[in-house]
Amino acid sequence: MTAIEQANAALDQEERRHPALQFLGRLFREKPFGAAAGVLFLIFVFAGLFADVLAPYGFNEINPIQRLKAPSWAHLFGTDNLGRDLFSRCLYGARLSVIIGFSAAFLATVISVLIGALTGYIGGRFDLITQRFVDAYMSFPELVILIAVVSVVGPGMPQIIGVLSLAFGIAGSRIIRGAVVSVREHMYVHASQSIGASTSRILWRHILPNIMPPIIVLFTTRVGAVILVESGLSFLGLGVPPPAPTWGGLLSGSGRTYMFQGPWLALAPGLCLTVVVYATNVFGDALRDLLDPRMRGSR
Amino acid sequence: MTTAAKPLLSVRNLVTRFGRGRGAVTAVDDVSFDVGVGETVAIVGESGSGKSVTALSILRLIPSPPGRIESGQILFEGTDLTKLSEREIMEIRGNRIAMIFQEPMSSLNPVLTVGLQVAEPINVHRRKPWDAALGTAKQLLGRVRMSDTESRIRAYPHQFSGGMRQRAMIAMALACEPRLIIADEPTTALDVTVQAQILDLLKDLAQGSRCSLILITHDLGVVARYADRVVVMYAGRVVEQAPAHELYANPRHPYTRGLMASVPRLDGDTSKRLVPIDGQPPNLARLPAGCAFAPRCRQATELCHRERPALTETGPQHQTACWLEAPAHV
Repeated sequence: MTAIEQANAALDQEERRHPALQFLGRLFREKPFGAAAGVLFLIFVFAGLFADVLAPYGFNEINPIQRLKAPSWAHLFGTDNLGRDLFSRCLYGARLSVIIGFSAAFLATVISVLIGALTGYIGGRFDLITQRFVDAYMSFPELVILIAVVSVVGPGMPQIIGVLSLAFGIAGSRIIRGAVVSVREHMYVHASQSIGASTSRILWRHILPNIMPPIIVLFTTRVGAVILVESGLSFLGLGVPPPAPTWGGLLSGSGRTYMFQGPWLALAPGLCLTVVVYATNVFGDALRDLLDPRMRGSR
Repeated sequence: MTTAAKPLLSVRNLVTRFGRGRGAVTAVDDVSFDVGVGETVAIVGESGSGKSVTALSILRLIPSPPGRIESGQILFEGTDLTKLSEREIMEIRGNRIAMIFQEPMSSLNPVLTVGLQVAEPINVHRRKPWDAALGTAKQLLGRVRMSDTESRIRAYPHQFSGGMRQRAMIAMALACEPRLIIADEPTTALDVTVQAQILDLLKDLAQGSRCSLILITHDLGVVARYADRVVVMYAGRVVEQAPAHELYANPRHPYTRGLMASVPRLDGDTSKRLVPIDGQPPNLARLPAGCAFAPRCRQATELCHRERPALTETGPQHQTACWLEAPAHV
């Protein structure tokens, strides 16, 4: 076999593999750091989904004898002032973060795509007016709006998901709009207009598949951002109310009060939060680099 | 017009303008022409002469704002396309009138298979489900002389060469058996050898189904070979219009003559240098008061600079907008 034949055979093999597998291969080869972040992200999702199986104790199992114990093999992250196992509480916190993070980020992305695609494609006065509302919204500090809205609708999981998805959805619409505006001017969009395709058909079949990369990246980075903001709200007592063990709640409750007697009470949820948010951002960045053809070849 | 039967398409005094106020540009200015059933009409002119805007105006695809059809009629099978609602014109697009764009490289969607795109007009207008539409798409690819259609319909545009993509675009245009195909410089982006194949194919298929063709081009060689009638445009206006053989035998407008002199001919004197047209096309936002071609015209008189010549009969089915040809002037 000559060298050329070998190279061709290797290429064939590459071709024959499923596109998703090819993509995973590229992720690990070109973005090892992003791949590691992706693995961390998967561990987090897994931990959240199977919290009830993985947790050695219940999240509200009180054991006064074991209160404020430092991390040990029995209690990996130590215990809090009521003797509750912090590792179990962090796992259940991960579950809440997974639920809120994914559902709010998903809804936010849907809202962003709806607003962004419509304003970007239709353009004109509709775009001008809608985007001025988006401008007005974005000129406020995010947390201020959220605190104001949550204090009206009250704390609780559905409210938090609704408020966060709306807030992030409006802000993210600008990114989708930009992508749509650049795709809209492509010849194939004009061509699909020339065959009599309706606006909804053009948006759904011709534009949406072409803006998938920014949508995927928007979604992954939003997961991290939503988790962070939700923790912030929970820390302020405006998130999911206790006894649900959210990471923000853990930080503000036992974490803040007993920081000096048991620093692990603040460190454990804080580190969970930091690692997960950092991992989602790095993973999202790596995805963007791989999915965006213009970034190909750069590290 | 002396065409015995009623024309399929009749553009009457079309004016298309972009922008408002002082910066407004009249891209198409008082353009009229007819396209008969089964006829091939070429619209010739240099870049910015308004030929593409004319084509886009017919299908009402002018981006609005800033563009708009200001006045005039576009009669297609008796109905005025400028009066139709958005929904009604959508029924015409791709169904009764199809369009082929100049860039086959970018006029196919990179993320959809060729089959789906060729089948789309059938899905849109005939309301056929996708699997039936894909079957028709396979036949259409066969009609544009593509081999191995079974695997081609599953291929993506990047797996096609430029010529194959343009064939796919032709197949897409033919999908709903339109009465009129508008081809906007269909071969400018292709190799010379492929150009002839594509145009032969287009002409054959159009003739086979008695479909009319508007061929927009700046290539006079293409015009001579494929067109029945020629409309020459300059600065948004029709300056000359005649049957193709008549125009070549007897070009009247100095601009048309200039165009012909600037193209090399095999049967002419090949030792002579080509004669270019001096100067540049005018700025459409600031057109001269008289004939738009006057500043570049070697025979221009004082009258040419002052007043705009009207399109007048200068021969059998031959009209020219030039003072030098106007009987009163002589």
